[in-house]
Amino acid sequence: MENLLLMMAPLFSSKLMLVLFFGTLFGLILGVLPGLGPTTGGALILPFTMTLDPLSAIVLLTSIYCAGTYGGAITAVLINTPGTPAAAATCLDGYPLAQKGEAGRALGMATVSSTVGGIFSVIILVFFAPILAQLAYEFGQPEYFALAIFGLTMLASIGEGSPIKNLIAGAFGILISTVGKDFMTSIDRFTFGINELTEGIGFIPVVVGLFAMSEMLTQSTLINQIFNRITLKAIKLPSKDDYKNTWKTILRSSGIGSFIGVLPAEGGTVASLIGYSEAKRFSKKPEQFGKGSIEGIAGAEAANNAATGGAMVPTLALGIPGSATTAVILTGLIIHGVRPGPDLFREQPDFLYGIFGAMLIANVLFFIFGFFGAKIFARITLVPNKILWPMIFAVSVCGTYSLNQSIIDVWIMLFFGILGFFMRRYGFSVVPVIIGLILGELVEGTLRQSLVIFDGNWLMFFTRPIALTFFILSLIALAFPLIRSKKFKK
Amino acid sequence: MKNVQKQKRANKSLPFFFRDEFKVCLVIILTSVALLITTFTFDIVPPILNRGIQPATFPKALLILIIVMSLLIYYLAIKNPWKVEKKLPKSFYLTILSFFIFVVISKSLDFFLAISALSIFVSYYWGEKRIFYLLLVGIIFPVLVFIFFETILGLRFPPGIITNIYYS
Repeated sequence: MENLLLMMAPLFSSKLMLVLFFGTLFGLILGVLPGLGPTTGGALILPFTMTLDPLSAIVLLTSIYCAGTYGGAITAVLINTPGTPAAAATCLDGYPLAQKGEAGRALGMATVSSTVGGIFSVIILVFFAPILAQLAYEFGQPEYFALAIFGLTMLASIGEGSPIKNLIAGAFGILISTVGKDFMTSIDRFTFGINELTEGIGFIPVVVGLFAMSEMLTQSTLINQIFNRITLKAIKLPSKDDYKNTWKTILRSSGIGSFIGVLPAEGGTVASLIGYSEAKRFSKKPEQFGKGSIEGIAGAEAANNAATGGAMVPTLALGIPGSATTAVILTGLIIHGVRPGPDLFREQPDFLYGIFGAMLIANVLFFIFGFFGAKIFARITLVPNKILWPMIFAVSVCGTYSLNQSIIDVWIMLFFGILGFFMRRYGFSVVPVIIGLILGELVEGTLRQSLVIFDGNWLMFFTRPIALTFFILSLIALAFPLIRSKKFKK
Repeated sequence: MKNVQKQKRANKSLPFFFRDEFKVCLVIILTSVALLITTFTFDIVPPILNRGIQPATFPKALLILIIVMSLLIYYLAIKNPWKVEKKLPKSFYLTILSFFIFVVISKSLDFFLAISALSIFVSYYWGEKRIFYLLLVGIIFPVLVFIFFETILGLRFPPGIITNIYYS
């Protein structure tokens, strides 16, 4: 009861409600614009959060996360281009349905299923995060090392790309985290005599570079591309028949999305693909999938929004990001002096339940904004890239510079922009780099501290049941893409 | 799908050193080897101060892992070649060039001027010819961003010919 009251706290704070309102609106705009999205938007807004108190800052980031994930559906339905990667599966049926003149129905279903998925996942978050945090009290350095390894091996199965390429990108992310002074011995590593690098490479320049700048370069190759936009008259709430046909799909996908979200490193993109394929498998009319099936939209959208709450579970309970956007939120927590983990649940329940409540409200707010404002948000896609991207560049540069007031950070951002472009061009996802960078210090730190505890005996890792469980799960995570591809070939 | 198969076939007909998979793996491996050599220059901690492993051991292990995995993707690409990517358009190279111009101007003249120059340059080459919109992206918007960061976030931008006038 007390926790429920804490969750309601944002409702009684005009400041938090204002932050939520702005965050949801901003998240929707980011979600609608192809190439941006909650991860880039969160990274861009992170420097601005320094003027806010920790709770407002994290509420802002989480509301951007929830609304941005939904916003991607608007572009997916109307211009057949996912506003966010998590909305890719929504294109498969959303656009064909819109082509049939039922864009309002498609967006109505996307809005309802996203809201249900989002609220479902917040409930999961409220119940499971404290349990996981309680379990984390049993964790020592070896267990955290094994957990981080599990998180990294999960990178193998993100998206549709090559698992080995994802693992290379993840290893590269960890390698970036080793730049600077070694935290145990203060010895310089990969600094090449540049003083600014002794502090290491910051998270923001890498994220803004890999997401925003590399996207700017991608857009530079598409300047002559013309989108076929479908005009939206108004969003229609699903009919009784639609509800009857999709409620099971929405609930199933909400469960799938929440579960996938909880797994370290996985996020909305994987959740929506699995949610979509499961909706097809259980459907009575699978032949309609890809041709404008309302179940397909519901399956994909409920799953990707359900992943938002799920992804916050390991982020808050263990300090292991559940997705790329939660890696940004994790950085926000650290910047504001909040250390995620079990102690957070014991010492600052008001802070945590404030976040949970804010996520719940954000899901309701994006339903209202989406339902009444989708037509306006759809018009945002009309802003030409030749105007939009130079503006994003100005904000990216100033935002990156502002955190440490370092011009080197801006150059690092540009370097990662070019690198990110070529990575994406040759099928390397950039998300594993971010996860690797976040987990890098944890992996190396816990490994070295464990070896001190074990007196250098590596085999001792396997004598600890929790660590051993995570290692076995890591092996399964590595084998999963292989099994999946064999099953797919059949 | 048919298009991807066609692009893959086109790639298979190229000599191996022209194929993307060879070039990409070569770049990764050469960079990793160069970084691996660098790790041998890291200071070695005396045993009494060393806790667990040497500072160079972890990066070494990572780099070896990256090299092994790169060899593996090349091996897999022999059986299943990557698709040939389209040639990059002129606008891409001009955008890259604008990044370099930004670095040069921000270092030698002014940070704000560099943002303005890049914004106008990119917007123009991406097709915007209307003066008002060029002024909007190149001057009005950067000024607003500058004022916002300066007044709300209390940020001090690096010195330069324009920034110095503002601060003086």
